[in-house]
Amino acid sequence: MDMPEPNSAILSRKAEIVARLRRVLPPSAVIDDPVETRAYECDALTAYRCPPLAAVLPSTTEEVSAVLRVCHEERVPVVPRGAGTSLAGGSMPTADAVILGVARMNDVLETDYDNRIIRVQTGRTNLSVSGAVEENDFFYAPDPSSQLACAIAGNIAMNSGGAHCLKYGVTTNNLMGVTMVMMDGEVVEIGGAHLDAGGLDLLGLICGSEGQLGVVTEATLRILRKPEGARPVLMGFDDNEVAGQCVSDIIKSGILPVAIEFMDRPCIRATEAFAGAGYPDCEALLIVEVEGSDAEIDAQLQRITAIARTHNPVELRESGSAEESAKIWLGRKSAFGAMGQINDYMCLDGTIPVSQLPYVLRRISEMTKEFGLDVGNVFHAGDGNMHPLILFDANKPGDLEKCEAFGAEILKLCVEVGGCLTGEHGVGIEKRDLMTTQYDPGDLDIQMAVKDVFDPQWLLNPAKVFPLASSEARRIAAE
Amino acid sequence: MTPENEAALAECIKSAQGPLKVMGGGTRDIGAQVEGEVLSTRALSGVTLYEPGALTLVAGAGTPLAEIEAVLAAEGQRLAFEPMDHRGVLGTTGEPTIGGVVAANVSGPRRIQVGACRDSALGVRFVDGQGRVLKNGGRVMKNVTGYDLVKLMSGSWGTLGVLSEVSLKVQAIPETAACVLLNGLSDADAVKAMSMALGSPYDLTGAAHAPSGVDGHPVTMLRIEGLEESVSYRADKLVELLAPLGAEILVERDADRLKAGWAWVRDAALLHEVEGAIWRISVKPSDAPALVAQLRETSPEVTVLYDWGGGLVWIATPIMRDLRAMPFKGHATLIRGSGTMKGTVPVFHPEPAPLAKITQGLRAKFDPRSILNPGLMG
Repeated sequence: MDMPEPNSAILSRKAEIVARLRRVLPPSAVIDDPVETRAYECDALTAYRCPPLAAVLPSTTEEVSAVLRVCHEERVPVVPRGAGTSLAGGSMPTADAVILGVARMNDVLETDYDNRIIRVQTGRTNLSVSGAVEENDFFYAPDPSSQLACAIAGNIAMNSGGAHCLKYGVTTNNLMGVTMVMMDGEVVEIGGAHLDAGGLDLLGLICGSEGQLGVVTEATLRILRKPEGARPVLMGFDDNEVAGQCVSDIIKSGILPVAIEFMDRPCIRATEAFAGAGYPDCEALLIVEVEGSDAEIDAQLQRITAIARTHNPVELRESGSAEESAKIWLGRKSAFGAMGQINDYMCLDGTIPVSQLPYVLRRISEMTKEFGLDVGNVFHAGDGNMHPLILFDANKPGDLEKCEAFGAEILKLCVEVGGCLTGEHGVGIEKRDLMTTQYDPGDLDIQMAVKDVFDPQWLLNPAKVFPLASSEARRIAAE
Repeated sequence: MTPENEAALAECIKSAQGPLKVMGGGTRDIGAQVEGEVLSTRALSGVTLYEPGALTLVAGAGTPLAEIEAVLAAEGQRLAFEPMDHRGVLGTTGEPTIGGVVAANVSGPRRIQVGACRDSALGVRFVDGQGRVLKNGGRVMKNVTGYDLVKLMSGSWGTLGVLSEVSLKVQAIPETAACVLLNGLSDADAVKAMSMALGSPYDLTGAAHAPSGVDGHPVTMLRIEGLEESVSYRADKLVELLAPLGAEILVERDADRLKAGWAWVRDAALLHEVEGAIWRISVKPSDAPALVAQLRETSPEVTVLYDWGGGLVWIATPIMRDLRAMPFKGHATLIRGSGTMKGTVPVFHPEPAPLAKITQGLRAKFDPRSILNPGLMG
């Protein structure tokens, strides 16, 4: 993966830059020891690494502002970092960049049940936002699978989704306001406890901008009352196409499940061998979960199973208890681990129109033969967000490159059928160079023009999202 | 000018010599008056893709809203965000278009549950101020590929670009609905009741309060939708939950009355016949009653309607000054000015300086010649 050459002028001024950062932060908040900075050399996209110039760990919005002011004056690139769980390399640094980690900023600032909002510092983990309101039976809806570790800052940067967003939406639909520090250190407030923008929707623009427009330090999030209960039904089919049709029919029927998860045969087999959840050996498996009181759940599951029966399932297992629910979810929740047992894997997250599901699965299966690598598919079927897991051997020379080439072909296929490169992980460095398959030069130019407005010197996370060739002129002009 | 396709639209903008007044159906004519040649999207009309099983619809920006609603209804679906019809409030005529709905980010009572129009907008195609044909987003539910300009374009009132096509997430119409009605509550108690209901597990799709309803008495309306078993269960639960407030509680189940009642809220019909200025204020719900009380101190004859659990306050008032002089957090839009207010009181809420600078910067990039609805948003 190409990254721009580090600016040698910055590297040679490391001592002065670090000294200036030390003047605005407590001693323990500036890390420049080459051994210690290695902790920040990559995120969850571990194939690519580069230790940063330094890492800073501010505790307040004011400290973030002070850091950015220094970096702005020194013209040092800044790479914001939440918890470092990005699968797209969103927080991977370059050697001339300062990592700005928000991990120490994890306070709850305000909880307001009457207005159903919580305001937090953005270093707080996703799950601990729900944890803060759990005793009152509330929760924060977006639930990326990394929710135990991932930070709200990263969720906002990537506009993270999760299994339950079919009903509750993704981060952008649950974000009401932010405190954001601009690259020049200016602090801005956007949105708050009220709904929608009075002018242009800057909040909607910032969410999902991958840390390229500003550093979000505080966020107002919508919280919801927990449903009375939830229960899944598991269904197995002998044909992907039929399973896809069943998903469509459920969605069309007017019942809104909270989640519709899909696993294909390679994935079912791997999971069974690993977790023994008692899944049927079939072509496609669906887990559909609904919420409500017991009676409401029964009513919904009754309709859903009636729809499923019209598609001749090989298995139809309705959960009647918490224990049975856990068993149904067991395999799905161990799917990534199970695939990891077999080999290294790369997880994609292209999204496709639901109607294209059977075709895309068939094409992926054909491609496994062309590339000689296996793929397991496990994904959020209700919204077409696929997660093909390509198995490869990281220790085998050439396998990673082959895997990446395969991944790129799958993502191109997603775009070709009317979908997109990434549904919830973000572009980062991973899909940067594929952006031209989805967008024309003008489409990319107008997005880069937005960055010009927020960060004219292109100092914030500069080598991400846009193909390096597309952003080169801007990055060089800014130097 | 009424271009018949996207390329012609681009040509109109590229060759424009002066300001353009961008219009869909012309039914939502708020904002500063734009003097310029009319550029209508009316001919960019028609549903180009509709996949009921994927809950997705793509249509030309000039497609009449009514046509889209009819196409959806034929498949038992609808636009989840329940866009309001501005004709009653503004006294405009004409045919609302889907492009206008998106450009103005028009949402209705269901906004509290499913989000605003911008939350259902999946993709846009538009022509910027230099005549470039651009796109962002797509037609899938989840998409984080690059910056989200779909949100930016939603609610930009044609000032950043002229929409040529929009792609929307749609919703299946639930089997049935109910409305729990509470009679006689004060504004403060009504907002409290709505907060209790919205903070319950019973999944409301509407929460509104009229201090003076159709019969002149206060009425609070709580809507639930879904399967019959679920709706009747939740209606009972809500009645139980709210009983301690001591108000008379009724449950309305008649489909036609429900439809009419919520259209009345959606379109702020209570305000249609009232003389004076009409404001739309977005606030933290619990702040709303005090704000209204403060206003009533100086002007007892205001007409008020609360939607979004109190988070949206409609106000019709004979007061000719800027209500933003009252301190509150949120924003106020002058939907219908009157008399001397026109041209003197800003229609859109002025932004704090740092945000105004960003807005200005974005406008300069999207419309460097400043020809698209110049000045409309301030």
